[in-house]
Amino acid sequence: MSASKPTIEIEIKVTPELAAEHGLTADEYERIQKILGRDPKITELGIFSVMWSEHCSYKSSKVHLRRLPTRGPQVLQGPGENAGVVDIGDGLAAAFKMESHNHPSYVEPFQGAATGVGGILRDIFTMGARPIAVLDSLRFGPISATASGAKALGRQPGSAGLKPSPTKPNESGAIAGAVLSPSEQVASQGALAPEGTDRVDAETIAHNRRILDGVVRGIAHYGNCFGVPTVGGEVHFEAGYSANPLVNVLALGIAKKEDLFFAKARGVGNPVIYVGAKTGRDGIHGASLLASAEFTEESQQKRPNVQVGDPFMEKLLLEACLEAMKTGAIVAIQDMGAAGLTSTSCEMASRGGLGIEMELAKVPQRERGMTPYEMMLSESQERMLLVAERGRELEVLNVFAKWGLDAVEIGRVTEDGLVRVLHHSKAVAEIPAHALAEEGPVYQRPIAAPAPVTNERLVEFGAPGKNLTYNFHALLAAPAIASKRYIWEQYDYMVRTNTIEIPGAGDAAVVRIKGTKRALALASDGNGRWCRLDPFVGAQLAVAEAARNVACSGAKPIAATNCLNFGSPEKPEVMWQFSRAIDGIAEACTALEIPITGGNVSFYNETLGRSIDPTPVLGVLGMIENASRALGMAFRATGDAILLLDGNTTAQTAGSTADAAKGFSSSEYARTIRGVEAGAPPAVNLPAEKRLTTLLVALASEGQLQSAHDVSDGGVAVTVAESSFASNGLSAHVSLASKEPDELALFGERGARAVVSVSAENVAAVLRIAAQYDVSAVEVGRVASGEFRIELNGRVAVSAEVPSLADAWSGALERLLS
Amino acid sequence: MKFGVVVFPGSNCDHDAWYALGEVLHQPVEFLWHQSEDINKFDAIVLPGGFSYGDYLRTGAIARFSPVMRAVEKFARGGGLVLGICNGFQILCEAGLLPGALQRNAGMKFICRQVHMRVESTDTPFTGAAAPGQVLQIPIAHGDGNYFCDAETLEELQENEQIIFKYSTPDGRIDAAANPNGSLENIAGVCNKERNVVGLMPHPERAVESALGSIDGQVIFRSMIESLLLQAGVSS
Repeated sequence: MSASKPTIEIEIKVTPELAAEHGLTADEYERIQKILGRDPKITELGIFSVMWSEHCSYKSSKVHLRRLPTRGPQVLQGPGENAGVVDIGDGLAAAFKMESHNHPSYVEPFQGAATGVGGILRDIFTMGARPIAVLDSLRFGPISATASGAKALGRQPGSAGLKPSPTKPNESGAIAGAVLSPSEQVASQGALAPEGTDRVDAETIAHNRRILDGVVRGIAHYGNCFGVPTVGGEVHFEAGYSANPLVNVLALGIAKKEDLFFAKARGVGNPVIYVGAKTGRDGIHGASLLASAEFTEESQQKRPNVQVGDPFMEKLLLEACLEAMKTGAIVAIQDMGAAGLTSTSCEMASRGGLGIEMELAKVPQRERGMTPYEMMLSESQERMLLVAERGRELEVLNVFAKWGLDAVEIGRVTEDGLVRVLHHSKAVAEIPAHALAEEGPVYQRPIAAPAPVTNERLVEFGAPGKNLTYNFHALLAAPAIASKRYIWEQYDYMVRTNTIEIPGAGDAAVVRIKGTKRALALASDGNGRWCRLDPFVGAQLAVAEAARNVACSGAKPIAATNCLNFGSPEKPEVMWQFSRAIDGIAEACTALEIPITGGNVSFYNETLGRSIDPTPVLGVLGMIENASRALGMAFRATGDAILLLDGNTTAQTAGSTADAAKGFSSSEYARTIRGVEAGAPPAVNLPAEKRLTTLLVALASEGQLQSAHDVSDGGVAVTVAESSFASNGLSAHVSLASKEPDELALFGERGARAVVSVSAENVAAVLRIAAQYDVSAVEVGRVASGEFRIELNGRVAVSAEVPSLADAWSGALERLLS
Repeated sequence: MKFGVVVFPGSNCDHDAWYALGEVLHQPVEFLWHQSEDINKFDAIVLPGGFSYGDYLRTGAIARFSPVMRAVEKFARGGGLVLGICNGFQILCEAGLLPGALQRNAGMKFICRQVHMRVESTDTPFTGAAAPGQVLQIPIAHGDGNYFCDAETLEELQENEQIIFKYSTPDGRIDAAANPNGSLENIAGVCNKERNVVGLMPHPERAVESALGSIDGQVIFRSMIESLLLQAGVSS
């Protein structure tokens, strides 16, 4: 084998132009010169450019993030560490956080999504916590021609309008899908081919489907192989995400409180040890560059910028890290995420108020001839950096050898506070760690509210008393509402045998904590459409819905993480959206007593100048004292009473029909059936949300409820239907009374409401307790079998056999995607 | 009487099998690291689900060359009970301890779902406590569970009643709708000629507690316990 010639390091002259190419502005470059007292060397320029990128430095969001509430009785570690940590009793702590991998997932869906899972898992076990659950919040462009579920109803291409009729079982007895024959005339105003929604061309739809398939397979591949259950999340389809999908992944881990680890270098002279996969050229300028610039024409050839993940290697890394942590010889540890070795070394040094010196020649390399620049910026996956106690490093190295992983001492902790990088003992970078990590630029970006929208087309309500069964079929088949089983059945949601509420069974995923009577619930929610219409109210509703979902599983919301997905911060109206959304989250988290313990900001979700809808996604963690009291959404027995709980106790004054239309024009029904996306999000009432969640937790802990499901997309009608579909074949007879227009009463998405089922003998107690919590509780019907019927003001609004409704709802995605 | 749960670097259901046997069924159980050959202290071996060595070549392909598998082969040839679950089943096929192979699922997708399987033979130490034709609801979670063997092997399996479990409808019918991954003849699990080694794709360790949706998996572990007690001359 020919001895590899030492690479001659040609000293590249650093100029302001080269700095600009690295995404550094003129005054950022000037600030670097001031910090160093000289021009930066090429490797130093690379280091500054990734550390001061938007993704790593939060330079445009820092001033706003300070307004989020982060303190709470159970918070052990707030924002600033690899993950937030809360006390869950029995001497245990829960570490959890959410990260976004939007840009990599657009460039290379499979690896982009897979490494998103890998990255957030490392953030958890670097804290000493074993990951026990993952959730994914996904947003794609439309996967069907019209926003409605027409295609998903099995319409033959080319057939003119779609005339519905209840399905009839064919000769072989199997229900032949919801093919709707012409004979049935439903007098409904809604035409099913709504104009107004932007016509999505076939090529975009095919592209969106490929991105969805790649993202789902990537998440499945990584989570299933690593051995962590993917237990929940959400999927949305909006035009704005076509060229900019959102892949937000949340992970939860558990540790004994005394086993928690933090990323703070301590002990001058202690060895700095590199563990895990070898370093390669994949991902250079990955998260830092990709996530800090919008997509342009040549985004496609940024594929090498997307990191490549190996879940099997990560499983070894997890087991080795947890085992090494038990030796007591590890002082500090941090995973190498965005900006790899650079961010890890400088953040650990800066947090400890110390320095770190590293010799890159000792770094295990996958490719030959890598320059210091490449090694410091590489975002190869499955790597960690740790500080061990001098003299006990062998104990740590042996654990990694047992698991077949590289573990090499590449440097030591120093007291000069510098990140000094050597390459064959030549200093290629010497930067004050604190200045690099903490004194980056902080921008007060200009803010400008968009011009108010005038004379937009709002929904016209149909005449009262109509049968809306046909529209209801189409609504259930709309991709936003239809069952997501086709996606989550590709995830192993059972591994580790802790999952007691599986995907689709409840509003939140629930995992038990073995060795205790407790369980933890998790829900992630966001609504880009509402935030586009009003970021302040939309963000409050995102927090409220995630909290409501957690409460519907019987868990008390205790803390939250978030992923803030927005367009370019250099656009004043995007910064206005961001600032208003932060105010909304702050208001709701304060009112609902849910502190933020960490999260992620993803700016530059922008393609060819067009920003995505402002999409704050909230991941709320809840705790159930008695796991056997966890609740699902499924009806359990015929004859059980169905109650509508509503935190808005003041009688719903039928405000002007204009207000009603404005609030309804932002609903899924308006978009799917009327082709209208306008108006404003439904009004938010935080005290009502707080009363409802408190009541739900109290009722669940007393075992008073058979099921609970929150009213959200598609309104009360969809909520009742989903509780039927989740049961094995049960149905519902419900009769509502309302002064509101029919469609608003059935499909309105106003918050602070939940549909619960209660065994007959408990109804009186539930009504009494609800009154104590100042929550309105009305018995609206009974769990039944056979026909599914909803009456409104005495007239039949929806009536169909459950199988036909269930098929429209459960088969829609499969029909569209396979 | 002691169960051994083998741990390959990529196993991820080892903990679940250990918990089901130890905490739920209160049996003595220990992990057996893939580098070790110290197998004689065990009366039964469980090869759990997971991705053993990352399944780079074929699922389970590399695992068969590990030190522990040499020991497991000797243990099995000596009549010891060996249960291979999911990836464990794939490893036993690769090691030649069980006939046939597990290919990519027909739908080309990973599937995680509750399924039903019918007990085809109670004449094994793994199904002795079950009733003939009993239907068990047990979850699957795999991407490569499509059982295949050539016609000759299939004939042999049928003649020797080595087909132990078949995917079925809840009421015990064997039909295509009940077959989640395209397996030949809905085969979900087989045993060797000597009937002391069984492999199955569904995960019984995930069906031993009602909190997880089913307890039907207990009957497989109970059968093993009863058979071991019988062998040790102790009637349970």
